[in-house]
Amino acid sequence: MASLRPLSRGPFLLLLIFFVFSLSLLRPIQGNGGSDGGGGGEEFSEELLLKPLPDRKVLAHFHFRSAAPPSAANGRHHHLFPKAIAQLVQKFQIRELELSFTQGRWNYERWGGSDPISTRNAKPPGVELWALFDLPTEEIDPTWKNLTHALSGLFCASINFLESPTAYSSPYWGFLSNNGNLRYGALPREAVCTENLTPWLKILPCRDKAGIASLLYRPSIYKGYYHSQRLRLLSSESKGIILEQTLTVVLQPNSYTSSLLSSSDAQLQPSWSLSQLFKKEMTGKCVLAKSSKIFLELERGLLEKIVEIRDDSWSNSFFDLFPSPDREIKELENSNGQVGSSLYEYKVDNSNENKPLDVGITWKLPLVWSSVHAPFQASRFLMGSGNERGSIAISLQSTQTHDQYFGDLNDCTVPVIVLQVVPWYVKVYYHTLQISIDGKPQTLSDVIEKIQVTPSEDKLLPGTLEIMLRFPCSMLSATLSLDFDKGFLHIDEYPPDANQGFDIPSALVTFPNIYSSRSYPDYDVSDDSSLLHNLQEKYLVRSYTEVLLVPLTTPDFSMPYNVITFTCTVLALYFGSLLNVLRRRIGEEERLLAKKDSARPGLVPLLFSRLSSKLKGRKLLLKVVFVALVAVVWHYFLNSS
Amino acid sequence: MANLLIFIADFVTAMLIRATGQKLLLSRRQSLEYLNLPKLVKNSANINAGDLASLIYLWNPLTIVTCLGLCSSPIDNLMVVLTIYAACSRLAPLAAFGYVLATHLSLYPAILILPVILLLGYGPDAPPAKLFLHKSSNSDGKDPSNNDESRSAVTTHKPVRCFSRRPVVHFMIWVSIWSCYVLFLCSIYLKGLGGLQEMFKKTYGFILTVGDLSPNIGVLWYFFAEVFEFFRNFFLIVFHVNILFMILPLAIRLKHRPCFLAFVYTAISAMLKSYPSVGDSALYLGLLGLFANELADMQFSFFLFFGYIGVSLLSPVMHNLWIWRGTGNANFYFATGLVYSCLQTVLIVESVSTMLKHDRMLRKHVIA
Repeated sequence: MASLRPLSRGPFLLLLIFFVFSLSLLRPIQGNGGSDGGGGGEEFSEELLLKPLPDRKVLAHFHFRSAAPPSAANGRHHHLFPKAIAQLVQKFQIRELELSFTQGRWNYERWGGSDPISTRNAKPPGVELWALFDLPTEEIDPTWKNLTHALSGLFCASINFLESPTAYSSPYWGFLSNNGNLRYGALPREAVCTENLTPWLKILPCRDKAGIASLLYRPSIYKGYYHSQRLRLLSSESKGIILEQTLTVVLQPNSYTSSLLSSSDAQLQPSWSLSQLFKKEMTGKCVLAKSSKIFLELERGLLEKIVEIRDDSWSNSFFDLFPSPDREIKELENSNGQVGSSLYEYKVDNSNENKPLDVGITWKLPLVWSSVHAPFQASRFLMGSGNERGSIAISLQSTQTHDQYFGDLNDCTVPVIVLQVVPWYVKVYYHTLQISIDGKPQTLSDVIEKIQVTPSEDKLLPGTLEIMLRFPCSMLSATLSLDFDKGFLHIDEYPPDANQGFDIPSALVTFPNIYSSRSYPDYDVSDDSSLLHNLQEKYLVRSYTEVLLVPLTTPDFSMPYNVITFTCTVLALYFGSLLNVLRRRIGEEERLLAKKDSARPGLVPLLFSRLSSKLKGRKLLLKVVFVALVAVVWHYFLNSS
Repeated sequence: MANLLIFIADFVTAMLIRATGQKLLLSRRQSLEYLNLPKLVKNSANINAGDLASLIYLWNPLTIVTCLGLCSSPIDNLMVVLTIYAACSRLAPLAAFGYVLATHLSLYPAILILPVILLLGYGPDAPPAKLFLHKSSNSDGKDPSNNDESRSAVTTHKPVRCFSRRPVVHFMIWVSIWSCYVLFLCSIYLKGLGGLQEMFKKTYGFILTVGDLSPNIGVLWYFFAEVFEFFRNFFLIVFHVNILFMILPLAIRLKHRPCFLAFVYTAISAMLKSYPSVGDSALYLGLLGLFANELADMQFSFFLFFGYIGVSLLSPVMHNLWIWRGTGNANFYFATGLVYSCLQTVLIVESVSTMLKHDRMLRKHVIA
């Protein structure tokens, strides 16, 4: 102890101080753990909403939200927010963008048409892309082209087919009101598979390794009836970039009892849980997420059928929710005094490996209910036969929900906006537009409030129809019909399976005065759930019609050489014989006439006499016979072997 | 209203054809009398070509079908026939009017400038100029046997045909006046829609580049639906040059018969144009009747007549099978189109050949 000089004690002390200092540094890092997103204010939250559907299926809606503050504050460095998306927004000056990949058709009759989930997540089959740009008008088209290429590479899909002007359109007010900076394109024939899901999941901070995204068991998701993954970008100077990714699947739970429990032939709804649907349970949230919640929604139609009033409404004679939810969030009752839907919240924070979270519902008694519908059910079909012309008809059927939307039926009118984009080879004649209400044709000026048509140009532009109609509330059905001629394409322009036909993208029907939004009085901002925030946002009710398959005449694809040869032969015949006729001199003509007049033996006697003169010598005859014999023997020899 | 306009156009066309036929007949009679061949005038099938041609035009089922379909072909045909009639009658302003409008409505009558100039310069059809020279030299030299009355009757008119420049210059001036006027009217009408450049691109440009591939009775639609992109421009040039190339050889050989030359040009353009229709065929079949006297012994006339009937009946059937029933394919319809163009080729070649034979026969009679 006495031998320790002050000099040797210095480094020891220094080392001790350094050790203590580093410990103090490490602890805050572990403590924070990304729970508030680290430096810069980036946030990430994940939510899952489950909902039993009236036709024995289950809706699962995954909702992921990333937010990045304005770039002035954050610079170019990102902690949680995907850099590819931020670069996309900066490079192409995007104000708003939505890209959706959908497989299957949303069944508006059974799964609902006017609740916030269906209006926002019911998308047309295939790929749909629309974007609002912050650029002058002449720069938007080249930017759109580059954007489609960038997205195509980012998501492994053929979005680059939307680059040519024949594939996209710029609606003025039929889709969103804008001032010329909106571009909208759809590819109905695009197939969606895991190849598109994987890059979509890569954008999430935790990928599909932890948190709610780890539930995405691919075989279950792709066996569903409807599958739609959607990416939505919102960018502004003040709020920065907000990225919302949602995945909506409609699944059929495997276990369902087929026993009839009551005389009314109602089957018991299938009981399901997370482990049954996705073969996994929640074992903890994504550590980078600010909040991670699971909601189970019971819609208004269902709750109306349950007349018991109990404190814990999640356990009653019809069904049991398990485990008990952390909170129940009730929707405000509507003006008719009907009970509203309920959301049951489960926090994933409390679960971990030892205490997994498995949300589910067990049905005890059969129950039949119906979802809320939009005022009119929109569908579209083709009329006419033959490959020369046809008609497109859009029909709107009333869903008998008048009392929900309209008060007095007598004097009210409901406005409807229809947007339809049609490719150029389906040449629509807009002057043949006919509207009939309840089977009776109407004068157009009575029904149409506003109409804007961008006619198609061959090989250049698709045809866009935006029309605002006003229908009486009491009407039962309405039909719009348009005639069209079918075009003829070059053989290069046909898809590989040409005889299947061509797809006309879905038309969009919007109800401008009707909003799908709910209000949850129990919800306050400190809850910070972006899904609930979305459910409360005012969003117009809209529905997409079917994709139409139009068969076009096909030329014979095996014939290019033959066609060219035939046509050129005819041309050569014309050219040659005409020049020959013009060329003939008078003397030659007379010689020809003279020769024709003189007595000439026929062709066959002439040849025969020539042949017989040659065969006068016997040697030649023997030679000929010998060669003929050799040929016959050779022929039979070859054939027999 | 459109019906009435088209029927009137048809009727006026027929009347103009009749008037042209009468002029041609008069000229033929004069030439044959000058050449001292009155026997030919009596012996040959001396049909009134004008009446026959106008009746053929009016009663042709193809013309009737065109009128019923309310196409604009009767108006195109009216302009072409007006040009030919006015040129035969040496009315330069009217000929210029018809020519400018015919070219404006569809591009191909532009090639009629050569027969129109020849008509205005030389007058209506006549036997070759060599025969006249031969005749005049003969008559100067050594024919005391000729009748005095025929010579005196003929020396007043039909001297050696010389090219008179004045009507042609008038025609050119009037063409420029009418075309400036038409373009001026078009530019006013299209002021907000892109102007004259857009008009030329969408009308002449469309005809020349074959933008639309809908089936018609020609052969170009299927050809350009199947040809590879690399060769498309090449074949466009080939098809259009085929029309242009034949202008000069035909003009050299048939310059003494400008009306017949106009008929051959309309037939060639009806066959090889990018969007042919039966209205074009109706025009040249009507004009064919004007030369019934000279083409009386045309070969293959039976084959052609029944070929036309057969194609007119089969072609709609094949179209229906392909497009409406779906039991046939495009080759069925295209085959009838090919047969149709073969028939037109045979018609053109045989009529030219017969006309040249007729001239040779005249020469034989004159020299002999």
